[in-house]
Amino acid sequence: MRNNNGGSLVSGTLTQAGDYRRLSAVFLLIALLTVPFADLDITVMDAGGVLEDIAWGMVTPTLAGLLSVSDLLKAVCMTVAFALLALVLAAGFGFFMALLMRFTAVRFFAATIRAVHELFWGLLLMQLFGLTPLTAILAIAIPYAGMFARVYKELLESVDTGAYDALAPGSDLLSRWSYVRISQAWPQLRSYTLYRFECALRSSAVLGFIGLPTLGFYLETAFNQGLYSEAAALLYVFVLLIATIPLWMRASLWPIYSLLALYWLAPFQLAPFQIQTLDQTLLQRFFTEDIIPLPLRHSEQFGASTGLALWQWFVPIWSAQLSPGLINTLMLSLLALPLTGLLALLWFPATSVLFVSLPWRGVGHIFMVVLRSVPEIMLAFVALMIFGLSWLPALLALSIHNGAIIAHLMSRYSSVLNLRIDAERGINRYFFEVLPRVYQQFLSYLLYRWEIILRESAILGILGIHTLGFYIDSSFAEFRFDRAMVLITFAALLNIAVDRLALVLRRRLHKKTESVLSCY
Amino acid sequence: MKSFYCWKVIPSFLTCFLLLPALSGFSLTVHAQTLVFTAIPDQDETRLRQRFGKVATYLSEQLNIPVNYIPVKSYTAAVTAFRNNQVQLAWFGGLSGVQARRLSLGARALAQGAEDKMFKTYFIANKGSGLTPASQLPDSIAGMRFTFGSKGSTSGRLMPEYFLRQQFDKSPDKLFSRVGFSGDHQKTIELVASGAYQLGAVNYAVWEKNVAESRVDTDKVFVIWVTPSYPDYQWTIRGDVDAQFGAGFSQRVQHALLSMRSPDLLASFPRSAFIPAQNSDYKPIEQVARSIGLME
Repeated sequence: MRNNNGGSLVSGTLTQAGDYRRLSAVFLLIALLTVPFADLDITVMDAGGVLEDIAWGMVTPTLAGLLSVSDLLKAVCMTVAFALLALVLAAGFGFFMALLMRFTAVRFFAATIRAVHELFWGLLLMQLFGLTPLTAILAIAIPYAGMFARVYKELLESVDTGAYDALAPGSDLLSRWSYVRISQAWPQLRSYTLYRFECALRSSAVLGFIGLPTLGFYLETAFNQGLYSEAAALLYVFVLLIATIPLWMRASLWPIYSLLALYWLAPFQLAPFQIQTLDQTLLQRFFTEDIIPLPLRHSEQFGASTGLALWQWFVPIWSAQLSPGLINTLMLSLLALPLTGLLALLWFPATSVLFVSLPWRGVGHIFMVVLRSVPEIMLAFVALMIFGLSWLPALLALSIHNGAIIAHLMSRYSSVLNLRIDAERGINRYFFEVLPRVYQQFLSYLLYRWEIILRESAILGILGIHTLGFYIDSSFAEFRFDRAMVLITFAALLNIAVDRLALVLRRRLHKKTESVLSCY
Repeated sequence: MKSFYCWKVIPSFLTCFLLLPALSGFSLTVHAQTLVFTAIPDQDETRLRQRFGKVATYLSEQLNIPVNYIPVKSYTAAVTAFRNNQVQLAWFGGLSGVQARRLSLGARALAQGAEDKMFKTYFIANKGSGLTPASQLPDSIAGMRFTFGSKGSTSGRLMPEYFLRQQFDKSPDKLFSRVGFSGDHQKTIELVASGAYQLGAVNYAVWEKNVAESRVDTDKVFVIWVTPSYPDYQWTIRGDVDAQFGAGFSQRVQHALLSMRSPDLLASFPRSAFIPAQNSDYKPIEQVARSIGLME
């Protein structure tokens, strides 16, 4: 990752630079063509007033009107416990799948489960397990296992296989894996897993938006009721929690923390969320009836007539929900992509040693940490209060969050560039020294984020814009799980398709994947 | 070569495999003697907590068992919690009640507010829209910005959509330039008052209570049309409570609800009294839901 600074400029021939330009231009052009179809109105009459209220709330944080300190502690512990346990499960199963990734079925399975957003998993699992820890933990663990499978596999593949020669001839599979692959990849495996913990915390908090008792639960209430001081307090706690991870999280403490979390959750039953029994008939009914497309549910055998009925069932879903949902989701992501890139290019110097000296760089770091640790859906929710319902809040949320993440990665990447002592300063340094050297990496990060932006674009529909999430949410509200399954499947397929396309484009940029650092 | 990393891998894996059985185990724990109830979140959560906190205390005194209220984030979550037996009793709207009783066989409606036999929806409009009160919705609402309440609301979605379709013979998203789902009635009032939407459909009881408490500026936002009446909110209980809490339990709950007299308690709903209700009272709601394609 870090060995690529000087070299790429030397080998950066004209044709390659041309490639970057063309790729950037194509994405910019697509975004511009999308603008006329996008709904970017500001419908709130007094946007300034709301903004003022929010700003006032941010400087007067309090818990007073919403929850007690013990409620807050409980919510923080829930958020952490869900994230911890989910990550243990995800890392375990992800690792197991990583070993089997040479089978197409396993690869496809991993790609599918990670293509479905945590919130969609949450909505689905809620039908099976209700508002329980199990729902929260599995909602995070399932997609994360899919991501771990891919990244672990890449890490295990990229080790030096020379060590095979040191093994006794005829060593068994276990020895080969443990002494060659795992032992070499261990530091990366560990740092990536630790790193995903931050993402898991965010996911855990976001699950509060659908009713699980994490920080997001109270945050949603606070914003919804206009209790901005309370919202600010919760937000600060959350940012602090994420910013202090390095202080309290160590790989070696993982088992202890997990057992503590388990021990702590067990008697709780999620205090008010007692579950009486896990109804077996419900589980069975969900799989054998609820998610089976309506026309197939009561037909004895599959014939031409059921095929026709199925088609007649599918067509209205396609025309009224799937096609607008797919198009809007894709368009929103394509619109957000260049904006994300612009913000990243604008922001990355703020935390880079090449541009800003220490006291100010510290301020930059705080600013960027805040921007990237607040999940998109929370940003969008706030923007919705300010601007009203349109694509604008979603667009801002997507580009601010992802822009801050890419800016962070780029400033880390650029900080190891070796500049000449007499290199230009200021704006000239930015445009003529640094930008040409980081642009390839920048495009690569951006392409990698596309898939993530797409998944988030779908999810933001839950807030009311007509992306796939809107229709999925409606299907759940109407208790039509068969429709929800169809919509979620198509959302996953779209995601997989974009992921493939981005991969092809990234390969054309002559880069291997950077998934290790670009996860966020 | 020493396998130095092994001791690091093993604990993680052990935890991982210890975790699964433990996880499934702890959701099976039984707390048989606590009655848990919920309600559709049709208003501010703070207000709901106040209202149902009082109800929980009242029911607990009447039934002599601990009673808990759990707040949920959406109408869907209320129905799901009921279906999964996380709550045994719920204060549902007309539509959510019908959905819950379809998903949880044997569940039955126990009681409704005296007002719920003849419930109404108010169409409210922002002054800036130029709309005025009338005996019918004017054609000029076409092309305006309109908001419902929650997607699963009876008075905020189902019935207003039904009456809109009847009068204009169009789906709402064809009729209006923008259709929103505010989430709850309180929010609908706020959004129409702010002008974010020019008109909206709101639960008449929530509106009246806001007006009575002067929480709404009736110069800026006012009622322009009142729908015909329909049955709405009701208390619904699961079919298996008698087996769980002892014979005759559902009757005792019904009795407790019907004998709720405290003006303070009733005013928080706001209802004048609770009267008996049964599943068949909500047939019309089910038919409407079918007719506008919200249900098969």
